[in-house]
Amino acid sequence: MTTSFLRKFRIVFSAVVLICFILVFADFRSIIPEKYVNYLLFLQFIPSAIKYFDLKTLAAGGFLVVLMLSLLTGRTYCSFLCPLGIGQDLFSRIGGRVKRKFRRFGFKKPHTIIRYSFLTITLGVTIFWGIYLLTLLDPYSIFARFMTFFGKPVGLLVNNFLSGILGRFDNYALSNVQIKGFSLITYSIPVVFFLLVGSLSFVKGRLYCNTICPVGTILGLLSKISLFRIKFDENKCTRCGRCSLVCKSSCIDFLNYDIDITRCVDCFNCIKSCPDKALSYGLISAKNPEQKTDESKRKFIAGSILLLFGISRFAKGQDKKAPVPKRESTVKETKTSSVCPPGAGSIEEFTKHCTACALCISACPNKVLFPAVREYGIAGFMQPVMDYHKSFCTYNCTVCTDVCPTSALKPLVLDAKKLTQLGKANFIKDNCIVKTEKTACGACSEACPTKAVYMIPYEGNLVIPETNQDICIGCGHCEFACPTTPYKAIFVDGNPVHLTAKKPENVKSEISTPVEFPF
Amino acid sequence: MRRREFFRTSVGAGLAAGAALSLGGYKKLWASSPVNTKYDMVAIMGGSPEAMFDLGIQELGGIGAFVQKGQKVLVKPDIGWDVIPELAANTNPALVKRIIEHCFKAGAKEVYVLDHTCDNWVNTYKNSGIEKAAKSAGAKVVPANSENYYQAVQIPGGIKLKTTKVHEILLDADVFINVPILKDHNSTRMTCCLKNNMGIVWDRGYWHSHDLHQCIADYTLYEKKPALNIIDCYNVMVKHGPQGVSKEDIVQMKSLIITTDWVAGDAAAAKMLGIDPQKIDYIPIAHKMGTGNMNLESLQIKRIKM
Repeated sequence: MTTSFLRKFRIVFSAVVLICFILVFADFRSIIPEKYVNYLLFLQFIPSAIKYFDLKTLAAGGFLVVLMLSLLTGRTYCSFLCPLGIGQDLFSRIGGRVKRKFRRFGFKKPHTIIRYSFLTITLGVTIFWGIYLLTLLDPYSIFARFMTFFGKPVGLLVNNFLSGILGRFDNYALSNVQIKGFSLITYSIPVVFFLLVGSLSFVKGRLYCNTICPVGTILGLLSKISLFRIKFDENKCTRCGRCSLVCKSSCIDFLNYDIDITRCVDCFNCIKSCPDKALSYGLISAKNPEQKTDESKRKFIAGSILLLFGISRFAKGQDKKAPVPKRESTVKETKTSSVCPPGAGSIEEFTKHCTACALCISACPNKVLFPAVREYGIAGFMQPVMDYHKSFCTYNCTVCTDVCPTSALKPLVLDAKKLTQLGKANFIKDNCIVKTEKTACGACSEACPTKAVYMIPYEGNLVIPETNQDICIGCGHCEFACPTTPYKAIFVDGNPVHLTAKKPENVKSEISTPVEFPF
Repeated sequence: MRRREFFRTSVGAGLAAGAALSLGGYKKLWASSPVNTKYDMVAIMGGSPEAMFDLGIQELGGIGAFVQKGQKVLVKPDIGWDVIPELAANTNPALVKRIIEHCFKAGAKEVYVLDHTCDNWVNTYKNSGIEKAAKSAGAKVVPANSENYYQAVQIPGGIKLKTTKVHEILLDADVFINVPILKDHNSTRMTCCLKNNMGIVWDRGYWHSHDLHQCIADYTLYEKKPALNIIDCYNVMVKHGPQGVSKEDIVQMKSLIITTDWVAGDAAAAKMLGIDPQKIDYIPIAHKMGTGNMNLESLQIKRIKM
């Protein structure tokens, strides 16, 4: 039986997966329901494993499915489901076109020591110390960061360009979205990994997956005993070596009819390349070698991806101009703790489970989440933190807790979220417009969804804010709305451990329904 | 090749349209109230928002007195907060819908609805019920969430507010209909006609930090004034405004005020809340500036009970 259709199947399947991933990260209008995002993320190995070991629930057992899949079929995960792997295949394909004349993969010895060292160290650090190395090396998170840092801004640029044109024709189906950048230093990790993974895949195929990626190494070990794998038919093989040249894992030793199954990612290119049909995919048994392929049509997608990854510099670093009050505020905000997102429970628990994939940053409709620089310490670099100078946490929303693929942000029902106290509002009277300018303001109290910030009589006809921390949920709307610069007159000090706020009490008004006009 | 041509053509068309807009868009004159109406204000009590509007606008000669055939109309409700209609933090969607229907009946070419929301705009447009109501009546619901939609304008005579950025639709529309909902306000004590303007400008943080009352009053000097102010007093938030916390903040007043004078509208609205209009600083300031009349006794007011 011929199994050459498998390659085509792999290409179509992985293209669909990659497009789905791109859509999830490009979805700045939150059109895709979180449910579907969760389906897509269920099978992502590292996030699922973290969630499983934290919550001990089979509902988070996607990685077990992947393990079984690998026992059965080998490293199909790497070619079919891993967005970083699929992305690398695209790069590799482009590399093959650009350097067609002199790039041949051919068989290479595995970097055994490096691979297993990476795996051992990563596992060791994760078990005995914390999640930090996994955060860096998890392939899904690497991909997700590319998309959040570079892909999404490009998508927004395109959107803004189109909405500008449509607007000229009085069509407002698309709306302009202001692009907010992150602090420059946080771009370092995505940039470094982009260069590393990008250039390796460009010239060396799947070298990253077979040398550094801890998931690749684990699944490689498992596939040693997998039932289905690529086989040689030694009777048909003419040892032409074409298979070896197209193998992006450089794992086909055709002279010895041997395939290094720990590195084979089941891309099935070799099957297609073999002119003698000596290679096939099937139940475990014999050996045989073969060769070459190449095809196209995916140039379009490849081009888009390159564009997505390439044009990062367009991401602007500044948000909207803060209105300038007459006088600068003088008292510094004294934050003792940063604010971590709802569902985190506590900073300690949160930083243990977050792989810094930035999906929540991308999904947040209010764009209040930013990759941390030093807020959680060195180890929490890139993990999401609330920045209330840039935006605020909108009251009727649980999107970040719904999309988190690990258990770093645990799902909250809306009613619970509305009582989850992320921090407490602190009022600095000496910065307040009402005191410094002697004019009315009240922007903070206006914004407060629970009226934890309310106004009390001040001089003359003026009113000035006062806070009730018991019912404050630390959403930061007051801090965001406060017009003073450079320091705010009200700020949220984070709760290192989230608390439950008291429900705001309310009594019926004394004003009654009128029967006559009072004028 | 064909694709490229298409692209080139569309960009060209876009540029041409843009140029046409910028050349021709601003010459239309906006008379603040060109019509001679029988009354300065009509106040209705006791019906549904739609029925009260039908009756009230009839007393003013129908919306046709304000909206001519082929005109573009901006209906500007208060869509500030991501709150459901029952909690009355935003203008009643049924009222907005009925106003739009009247505009189209009078021959309006296009009706636009927008507000610079305080909460996330997508959720706010949706959960306020206004997006759906306005679209079902055929209006265009326009985003106002990005500075790109705003253009700087001068406020001649403004004391604190000399320039501000207003939404492009305000500049482009022929008729501006202001549709605030009456609410308590923690700082200015009341939000209604004049304060609703904070949703049509971009840089309202400037207003907050530069004498809020004065800025609100200053804005009334801007040349593009509403032809009509339709004040939703059906469910009125009497405390914890402008956002509200729960149903306890709401008193059902089942009223509607329609007026061509927004300062008078605010004065009447203040009395609905039981507040002396003199105590709401921006009302007397605007009155003194001559952009409206807060002395209700000197106005022709028609009061109707249904």
